[in-house]
Amino acid sequence: MSRGRRDMAAALPARLDRKMVRDLWAIRLQALAIALVVAAGVAVHVVAAGMLDSLQETRDAYYDRYRFADVWAPVVRAPDSAAETLRDIPGIASVQTRVREAALFNMPGLSAPATGVMLSLPEAGLAAVNRIHLTAGRRPATGERDAIVLLDSFARAHTLSIGDTVTATVRGGREQFRVVGTALSPEYVYAIAPGQLVPDPRLFGVAWMGRDALEQAADATGAFTEIAFTLQPGASEPAILDALDRQLAPWGAPGAYGRDDHFSDAFVSSEINQLDTMASLLPPVFLIVAAFLVNVVLTRLIAMERAQIGLLKAFGYSSRAVITHYAKFALVIGFVGLALGLGGGVWLGRLMAAMYIEYYHFPFLLFDLPASIYASSLIVTLTAVGGGAVLAGLRTARLSPAEAMRPSQPPDYSRALGATLARWRRFDQQSRMILRHVLRWPARAAFTLAGITVSGALLVSSMYFLDAMDAMIDAHFNLANRQDVSVTLVEPRSRAALHEIARLPGVLAAEPVRHAPARLRFGGHEERIALTGSPQDATLSRLIDSDGLPVMPPPGGLVLSRDIATPLGLRPGNWVEVEITEGHRPVLYLPVSNVVTTLIGSGALIDINDLNALMGESDMITGAVLRIDPDRADALYTALKEAPGVAEVGLQNEARRRFQEIMDEVIGASIFIYTVFAGLIAVGVVYNSVRIAFSEREHELAVLRVLGFSRGEVAYVLLGEIALLTLLALPLGAALGAGLSWYFSQAMSSDLFRLPFIIDPSTFGYSALVVVVVALSSGLMVRARLNRLDMVAALKTGD
Amino acid sequence: MTRTRTTAARRFRSDGPACFETRSLSRDFGEGPTRVRALRGVDLTIPAGEVIVLLGASGSGKSTLLNILGGLDRATDGDFKFRGRDMTQISETELTRFRRDHVGFVFQFYNLMPSLTAQENVELVTEIATHPMPARDALGLVDLTDRADHFPSEMSGGEQQRVAIARAIAKRPEVMLCDEPTGALDSATGVRVLQALKRVNRELGSTVLLITHNAGVAAMADRVITLADGQVREERVNDDPIDPEALTW
Repeated sequence: MSRGRRDMAAALPARLDRKMVRDLWAIRLQALAIALVVAAGVAVHVVAAGMLDSLQETRDAYYDRYRFADVWAPVVRAPDSAAETLRDIPGIASVQTRVREAALFNMPGLSAPATGVMLSLPEAGLAAVNRIHLTAGRRPATGERDAIVLLDSFARAHTLSIGDTVTATVRGGREQFRVVGTALSPEYVYAIAPGQLVPDPRLFGVAWMGRDALEQAADATGAFTEIAFTLQPGASEPAILDALDRQLAPWGAPGAYGRDDHFSDAFVSSEINQLDTMASLLPPVFLIVAAFLVNVVLTRLIAMERAQIGLLKAFGYSSRAVITHYAKFALVIGFVGLALGLGGGVWLGRLMAAMYIEYYHFPFLLFDLPASIYASSLIVTLTAVGGGAVLAGLRTARLSPAEAMRPSQPPDYSRALGATLARWRRFDQQSRMILRHVLRWPARAAFTLAGITVSGALLVSSMYFLDAMDAMIDAHFNLANRQDVSVTLVEPRSRAALHEIARLPGVLAAEPVRHAPARLRFGGHEERIALTGSPQDATLSRLIDSDGLPVMPPPGGLVLSRDIATPLGLRPGNWVEVEITEGHRPVLYLPVSNVVTTLIGSGALIDINDLNALMGESDMITGAVLRIDPDRADALYTALKEAPGVAEVGLQNEARRRFQEIMDEVIGASIFIYTVFAGLIAVGVVYNSVRIAFSEREHELAVLRVLGFSRGEVAYVLLGEIALLTLLALPLGAALGAGLSWYFSQAMSSDLFRLPFIIDPSTFGYSALVVVVVALSSGLMVRARLNRLDMVAALKTGD
Repeated sequence: MTRTRTTAARRFRSDGPACFETRSLSRDFGEGPTRVRALRGVDLTIPAGEVIVLLGASGSGKSTLLNILGGLDRATDGDFKFRGRDMTQISETELTRFRRDHVGFVFQFYNLMPSLTAQENVELVTEIATHPMPARDALGLVDLTDRADHFPSEMSGGEQQRVAIARAIAKRPEVMLCDEPTGALDSATGVRVLQALKRVNRELGSTVLLITHNAGVAAMADRVITLADGQVREERVNDDPIDPEALTW
């Protein structure tokens, strides 16, 4: 012991505390391994709960301060007077009408068109609902016709500053705008272009401009095309949506919707739900492992210090004083783990907040830990390590001084579980020793097994996300949506428009699409959906069944994705009421021919001819999906940016690339973190198990060396047990990992996407490899001690 | 050092080189002011096939000498030969090999594997030895065939020590090194253990080196070496060793 440490221990007033510090130093690596497991648990708790809290607080404050709408109601075009009566609907707090118009931005340096939307701001004063947060510049002045406020992320992606100009095509007219400000909006926290799955700030823009100017550009003078509301607390949203739909029907309202169907908010809420799952599932695993480790290590320490405990009691120390002494051990380990966990958690949390702010555009996102999280971290840590310590300490209470000072008897293996089983002649004696040791202390072996199993399971379930994402990408991009580009028209056009699109440069194939907003009703339930009409022989955009084959509805029928069918209770063969909320709003009954699982988004498919016939229209399209020649993509993009009838352009190939990029970055980072955490559990469990086995069997191992066993043969006796348990843990870890993955696939699926339960064999292989490497290196750390075994010293004492 | 020769007829059983030869063997523990000199230049020739008793007070260097001869420890200075082979410079692996193939150890504390039965404890050694005898035969030599399937926790101290002897002899060792084998046993049990050792010497021809505090035991030895302060004080050849059965203490 170094002088410094001796002084540190000597500075403590109570002699027992000096003993504690010195004993703790003697088992410092074991204590550190436990502290790191505690730290991992606390860090996950801090990151998940802290991030959850920060995101919720930030979202709520942002939504509240900027009056984020509760309900939106789009219309084709309605006079301002139509809004007046809506204020009287019970439960509505405030109302804001505005003009919304699709826009294609022509950005220098970007050959592809950036899709976006133009939104009006009131000519005077602030909006009553959905205010913007200016990050630079100002709002357009009254009557300023070419001034726009640009979405902050879009401006930054294109390095636009105040005073720069932007060209956009709005309703076929190409115009130049001047950027007077940049802003964030609660409506675009998660801002993504149509067809994209993750944000690509270059490809999606929002521009706010004066109401009068936009009315003119959008051909909507004296009218609005969207109305947004905030509701009074306790108001019934479904009732309000119904009332709005009824009152706005004359103005071509496709249907009002609430925050559930608001794209940005749905993503933010889904993220919050996922954090919630993490926050409740993982920390307990770490803390249970820590409690077990504290218990095992202290039990062993107490066994080794029996005589000292007897002596202390003989001197007159009470059982309570002795238990307190060992509890302090656990507390020191717990507090070190807590401090490391809090520090690491806050650090990780800040990194994570920085990552979030890249994808979720809040005006501020501070990773801030409320006192409640400090308190809960403290309480769970104390419960875990304190629980482990008290259980171990209670044994000392039962120890009478005289009994404690007698040397303990050699362990009796004669009645150990399966002693006869281990007599099987095929084993050599060393293997028999390993097996008997496991069977003699089955509970301890089971805990070690459980620890390694949990570690393997964590690895499998974290890497499962990569497999699930790969499956999603494959199903969504390779099987279902094989188009490179999708085009949405400003308004429905005749089939001739398809031929125009097909003749654009670089288009190899073009298939028509007809979208129509609709409501499905069945068994008293209603779902708002977008009905897609596709040709029977569609090869690009399709719905895919579980066998990976495309499914088309038979004439007159519907194919629905499971996320639409399930809430309605619909099964194949049922007839469902369909109200198309466009045109003359036909209401019809259609049979559901098939229900398929889509991994990303929803689908309601009908034959395009059926849809047109039902709507009383002949051969209309609202857009097209294209396969293109990549070498001529630039020419096509230029043509699309100039085409007057095009409202939106979805770039599937860009979407795929960006999705892959973000998944690699985000999931790669979290897999790294979870691999480290799972590794910590494995190290904590394996190192402590081997270390304890070594201290218990040091004498035996020295005798084996005396008898002429080589270091390798002796290492086999010591490490064989952990090797056996590790090998047993691998299939168990794989099974538990598969179970956890299944749970994640259920818990983390949302309206936006479904995680398929698919685990690639390589995931099991890689997890097993990590567990084996960690176990091996923990074993080797102890093996170094084997080389220093003092044979002579071991022989001087009895066992 | 005094050498007393009670008879001219020295009883070499083997014509080959001596079992052990040591020259100026020294062993220091620690350094500087805390240095302890456990052996200070021991010169000994131990003929093969004899029963040799090492006597001496605590700290006289008996155990240190035995540990070095058994390959458990290394001398600080000087050298020793086993059957003519220099053992001072050999590697750790060769030392392990030496213990495995040539040396049988018996200790005051029996040092059995608690997780193995009597027979399995013996088999632990026969599995790695070159020319072992069947484990049952080794247990037979110490009269323990009927306890073969018992675990150490189910046996008395004397029985455990006889298992330890069976374990040591099963490899047919050329040398048996016994450090206080009767130290933890009562007199009657101790005599049985010594009888077993004598039998091994007689039937297998193993050289037996036996450390004891008990001067009475010396009567069974062919040769008695007394150590004091890390040096050989006296070496005495006993012409008429008695049977251990006649020993009492």
